[in-house]
Amino acid sequence: MQEKIFTRERLISLAIIITAIWFINFAQTNFDEYTIRILNNVAIFIILAVSYNLINGITGQFSLEPNGFIAIGAYVTAILTVDADGMLYQYDIEDPYPWILALQSDFGFALFCSGTISAILALSLSFPVFRVRGDYLAIVTLGFGFIIRILAINSPEITNGSLGINDIPEASNLYWTGGLAIASVLGITNIIYSKFGRAMKAVRDDEDAATAMGINTFKIKTMAFTTSAFFEGVGGGLLAALLTSISPDLFSFFLTFQLLIIIVLGGLGSTTGAIIGTIFVMAGLEYARFLDEPMNILGFETDAMPGMRMVVFSLVLIFVMLFAREGFMGKKELTDLFKKKKAKK
Amino acid sequence: MDLLTFMQQMVNGFSLGSMYALIAIGYTMVYGVLRLINFAHGDIMMVGAFLGYTFMAVFDLSFPVTVLLSVTLSALLGMFMDKIAYKPLREAPKISLLITAIGISFFLENAFTVFAGGTPRPFPVPEYMEQIFDVSGVIFSVASIAVPAVTLLLLLGILFVLYRTKYGMAIRALSFDIKTVNLMGIDANRIIALVFGLGSGLAAVGGIFWAVNYPSVEPMMGVLVGLKAFAAAVVGGIGSVTGAVIGGFIIGFTEVVVIAFWPEMGGYKDAFAFIFLILVLLFKPTGIMGQDLEKSRF
Repeated sequence: MQEKIFTRERLISLAIIITAIWFINFAQTNFDEYTIRILNNVAIFIILAVSYNLINGITGQFSLEPNGFIAIGAYVTAILTVDADGMLYQYDIEDPYPWILALQSDFGFALFCSGTISAILALSLSFPVFRVRGDYLAIVTLGFGFIIRILAINSPEITNGSLGINDIPEASNLYWTGGLAIASVLGITNIIYSKFGRAMKAVRDDEDAATAMGINTFKIKTMAFTTSAFFEGVGGGLLAALLTSISPDLFSFFLTFQLLIIIVLGGLGSTTGAIIGTIFVMAGLEYARFLDEPMNILGFETDAMPGMRMVVFSLVLIFVMLFAREGFMGKKELTDLFKKKKAKK
Repeated sequence: MDLLTFMQQMVNGFSLGSMYALIAIGYTMVYGVLRLINFAHGDIMMVGAFLGYTFMAVFDLSFPVTVLLSVTLSALLGMFMDKIAYKPLREAPKISLLITAIGISFFLENAFTVFAGGTPRPFPVPEYMEQIFDVSGVIFSVASIAVPAVTLLLLLGILFVLYRTKYGMAIRALSFDIKTVNLMGIDANRIIALVFGLGSGLAAVGGIFWAVNYPSVEPMMGVLVGLKAFAAAVVGGIGSVTGAVIGGFIIGFTEVVVIAFWPEMGGYKDAFAFIFLILVLLFKPTGIMGQDLEKSRF
């Protein structure tokens, strides 16, 4: 039987993509700067969350890597796009290496390099980690984030140490961030629905059974980890070109924690969930700023409490895990929701 | 480097290694029974140190009483954490457990930042701990001897509990197979709570010693130390208590010795434990003392 090309799910996806492209174009030309900045942020976090979900949600290997790879991506893009004069002017601690000055490229290629270098690092981390069961991935990636920070601070010839790199050309606009967000969602969804994606889910659900079925679990885990590192590197590059200045302290563990909340709230293992979670958490973080400020609770004045947001967010994470482990979407995708309705008819 | 400096560095390494060892024991025991990397363990150490600070600086209690109280309270906190956050997830996929663990870790760090302030507070070290001895040129404080001595005593105590008591037998049985242990009429949850209590108590001792040696406490102090202690547990062979102590000493000595020989590497000192971890995973994932936990389960 010939397979239908225009299935219901595909038509829905197509409609969403076209709407998204139209919206990006509309927003970039019509919205004010503040809104565009927030939308840029959301788009970058969609890239990060969807790729983080690939290793955590789809493959089921608990990893805490995003801040490390985002940092790498951001530094690579920054070094490649800031010109030699700008670098010589900024690097106060030590003069930059000549080869650092010589490295120049346009923004698109810089993003590609960000992704590739992150992916290569992820590949080399995979060998020690995935030789044993995935247990150690979390702690090794957590340590990796610290190491990147230590390296960034201690090699001022490359990264300008703790001062960070400033005056990065502001190349990120909605066409870049939104376009790459759509591209990465499509790319990762395609992986999820390929035979590799099915193997990843098999590894998540039962590693022994997956091995017994002839799946090379090492290869599959490595693939998921490397792919998500690639997109995190690209996202980091976009972030650097959006913020225009980066420093080692920017890429703290909080970045990873934010992404973890996003994918847990959205539903571990659902790309749609990751996108919804991103919008929800980004909005929540903006809104929840009041928590850090002085409050008046039933007549009691409290002082400003910087960090209160984090306390609330970590409680949210624990509660979701304990009482609503499925999050918004569980493992379902948007198209699955339409499938269900069809089945009921 | 002459002999004197070498001996001096040995004393320092011994003291640092003992603190890593105390914290590593908790990681290794919890991993042994639950196969869980308890991310909040480093923060329990921080809580222990903060409790110590509170009892000494605010309530003006004596040092031994402080240690006793904070160890007890930290042990209770560890058991409480297990009951609230980990016990409901025993049957859940392991990733849920790990996410909850990281959530608790983040919660403790930030709750202490909000309510105690993020700036380091000076720890009121008792005078007799700071007394300095000079044995033919090698200078050491009472603390730098007391820390390894107490660690060794506690290690002997833990080994006694593990290998000479019924509870220890239950803990060891648990690390083989939880279901069978339940069938043998042992309340696995009670034993797991005991493991959390023991581990957290030891972490509190480590935390107070840390606060005595680097006389300050702050909410993020447990993060890096916890990470290194976990590396120590893996180096020694995760699941093995003796291994955790050996791993702790290895990591502690390496840090001290490398900086003594190459002072310019000082900025990278926090990276050594991590490199050790990677190397061990590459060449001997079971560590020095470890048996293959994955195999022993089946």
